[in-house]
Amino acid sequence: MTAVGSAAPSMDRVDDDENGKSAFGFWVFLMSDAALFAVLFATYAVMMRGTGSGPGPAEAIGLKYAFPETLVLLTSTLTMGFAAMALHADARRSLVVWLGATLVLGAVFLALEAAEFHGMAAKGDTPQVSGFLSGFFALVGAHGLHVTAGMVWGLAMLVQGATSDLSAPVRSRLGRFALYWHFLDLIWVGIFSIVYLRGTLG
Amino acid sequence: MWGRLSADALPVYSIVAAAAAGIAVLGVLAVIVLLTVTHRWTWLWREWLTSLNHRRIGIMYVIVALVMLLRAFIEALLIRVQQAIAYDSGGFLPTEHFAQLFTTHGSIMIFFVLMPFLTGMINVVLPLQIGARDLAFPWLNAIGLWLTTAGAALVMTSLVLGRFSTGGWSGYPNYTGAIVSPGVGPDYWIWALTLAGIGSTVAGINFIATIWKLRAPGMTLMRMPLFCWTALCTSLLIVFAFPALTVATSLLWLDRTFGFHFFTQTDGGNMMQFVNLFWLWGHPEVYILILPAFGAFSEVIATFSQKKVFGYASLVFATMAIGVLSFTVWLHHFFTMGASPNVNAFFGIMTMVIAVPTGVKVYDWLFTLYRGRLRFDTPMLYAIGFLVTFVIGGVTGVLLAIPPVDYTVHNSVFLIAHFHNMLIPGSLFGMFAAFNFWFPKAVGFRLDDAWGRRGFWFWLTGFYAAFMPLYLLGMMGMSRRLERYSHPGWQPWLVLAAFGVVLIAAGVVCQVIQLYVSWRDREALRDATGDPWDGRALEWSVASPPPEWNFAVRPRVRSRDAFHESKVEGLAYPDPGRDAYRDIFVPRNSGLAVAIGWAAYVLAFAAVWRIGWLAALGLAASVLLVIWRSFQTGTTERIPAQTLYDYDRGRREALMRLVPGGEIMHGAAASGARP
Repeated sequence: MTAVGSAAPSMDRVDDDENGKSAFGFWVFLMSDAALFAVLFATYAVMMRGTGSGPGPAEAIGLKYAFPETLVLLTSTLTMGFAAMALHADARRSLVVWLGATLVLGAVFLALEAAEFHGMAAKGDTPQVSGFLSGFFALVGAHGLHVTAGMVWGLAMLVQGATSDLSAPVRSRLGRFALYWHFLDLIWVGIFSIVYLRGTLG
Repeated sequence: MWGRLSADALPVYSIVAAAAAGIAVLGVLAVIVLLTVTHRWTWLWREWLTSLNHRRIGIMYVIVALVMLLRAFIEALLIRVQQAIAYDSGGFLPTEHFAQLFTTHGSIMIFFVLMPFLTGMINVVLPLQIGARDLAFPWLNAIGLWLTTAGAALVMTSLVLGRFSTGGWSGYPNYTGAIVSPGVGPDYWIWALTLAGIGSTVAGINFIATIWKLRAPGMTLMRMPLFCWTALCTSLLIVFAFPALTVATSLLWLDRTFGFHFFTQTDGGNMMQFVNLFWLWGHPEVYILILPAFGAFSEVIATFSQKKVFGYASLVFATMAIGVLSFTVWLHHFFTMGASPNVNAFFGIMTMVIAVPTGVKVYDWLFTLYRGRLRFDTPMLYAIGFLVTFVIGGVTGVLLAIPPVDYTVHNSVFLIAHFHNMLIPGSLFGMFAAFNFWFPKAVGFRLDDAWGRRGFWFWLTGFYAAFMPLYLLGMMGMSRRLERYSHPGWQPWLVLAAFGVVLIAAGVVCQVIQLYVSWRDREALRDATGDPWDGRALEWSVASPPPEWNFAVRPRVRSRDAFHESKVEGLAYPDPGRDAYRDIFVPRNSGLAVAIGWAAYVLAFAAVWRIGWLAALGLAASVLLVIWRSFQTGTTERIPAQTLYDYDRGRREALMRLVPGGEIMHGAAASGARP
């Protein structure tokens, strides 16, 4: 009887990711998250003119923190790439080192961002001042929250990378974490260009 | 310590509200007592709440939808009765309570009836139709269910503690801003929608990945049943549209809670930004709700016309065209915003353009009916009722797409008539058709047809009586959401509309009786073959209800209407031979998804009442539970090949006994089983 046949063996398991369904699903999630940021960018663009009695982009925004933040985050994408290469080479030690470096850079990024927000608040530029500042803090803050979530996820992955047998599910998760991290970098490039460069130079 | 929560939160402001709270509390207590007395807690937890099986999760989604439908319907009844008697009088509802009712009615119908209903139907049907053993991410599926349930529970909580928003289901600021509505109402609305929105998003991602990655061998995209196509399109819309809602409600929450200025009138706020964001989600949402119904109608009309669907490819392209166009029309919800004539003209034209693929679908369905051998079972009645009624709603929609016309009836009950005319026959009838059609597959026995038909006729006639008068009233200038009025000419029509809702109530009663009678007579209605309607797609090839693994050996698909074709060829229930069977793995139950859902509920409840420590607790619990899950191993369970083989052999033997002489090979199993 040839009317039916069994499919590829990989499809018989629901827990592994040999046909890439988890990676695919995660790409779909990233598309959804990209749509979220697109809406936040659009909102920021609309709110830019809503400065009320507060400062405009040129007065409120500077590159003092944003530039080092950008360098740190771009570097963390590089270390994340090294971590992924270590994973492919089954080099656990190297994986842990590069993943750790990525998280340290992520923490530095968040610290710089916190200092930037704190400095703005000290000048009186809080989100409660105007629609423009609300839009700024929502967009940049949403990215910061994503990085924070990435730190929590990354720490869990660091533990799994260091202690587990690098089984298929762990590899799949590490791969998705790398995607997420690169995605956040990409969003930051958008934020740096549209919010910071346009704000200070435009 | 308890934020804004105090004894003042109890609903003593209106006798109707207090009664509703009492009924809700008593209902929950009754369920708890019943489960305890019958010792069903363990069963409920093991068999249902912790299950990761797509069919069980789908059934639980539908149960949530039906419970919430009952509440939303009672609210509709109250609204209609109030308007029928409120000529030059206060009626029986305080103004604020009336405003809560139309807000909860709309919010519940969209987020907690239609969304879980269609998500549940897709859950039950999609894996079976594409020959998959489950959805791509069973655990994520349970998360979606429990987040949606948490949202529904939050809306139910608002009956008892505090008040729901009075700002309408679309929640426009400034009305829902901190100055005009400082209470908890809009926060309830925001958080219920947020939980449901996240639940829907993960469900959408899951459906897309399932369709993309888990189709059976040979099941190419263009061989998929149309219900799968509409599920795919709806899921794509969910994934891309819901972020706009999430942003809109989150920013409104920031405005309300932390004094941001997104949508305020002062300090550079821009409330039209909310309206834009809301409808940037809201218009695709209309198609999210209606496309799965279109898919169900395509299946139902083909099956009960006993011929293949007319214009399969055109239905696919029409579906996808609608999906794309649905993102280009949002501004027609607020032509009166004051955009330039060119902008309004663009959105008006796009709105008319979207009627074209919809029209293509209607003609395809008509041509499917044409010269078919029609059977008028309950699902088919809903399909035909839909075809006629939906076209009327479509025509009034094209009318509203003309900006000058829209200006004259904007915010009137003409609009109420129009969108109920789309969503009741379109989405709700579609779900009722799907419910009657796939009930035997999900549960194992058919629904009683006589009570089903009675329910249909009451719903259809009730719909016309309730909503046709609203078109007239809208043209007579009646605004929406009026809790009283002083125009004597309106009252007769409002009385007629109230009568229509009474007819619909009779329909609801018939549906409840239908469920009871079907359960009582379940042995007589048992679907022994798994193919009660002489079905066309793969879901009818497996038993009703299907085993936990759906397909022991995955089918190899050679054409559209795969099961129908195999019946014609005499290969409906082939024996693949012992060697084709392998061990398979199914997900083990997990209580973590339930726990995450309730942690999210705690987070949302605490955010509504501004109880900081509790919110932090809920958030921390959600995150830690997700991390815990990622450290779990052994989350699947092996089912040995021999078990699968024995099961399939038993089923084949049973089928042979049911239909002596091997007629089974020609699809006679279906007619043999039908009385």
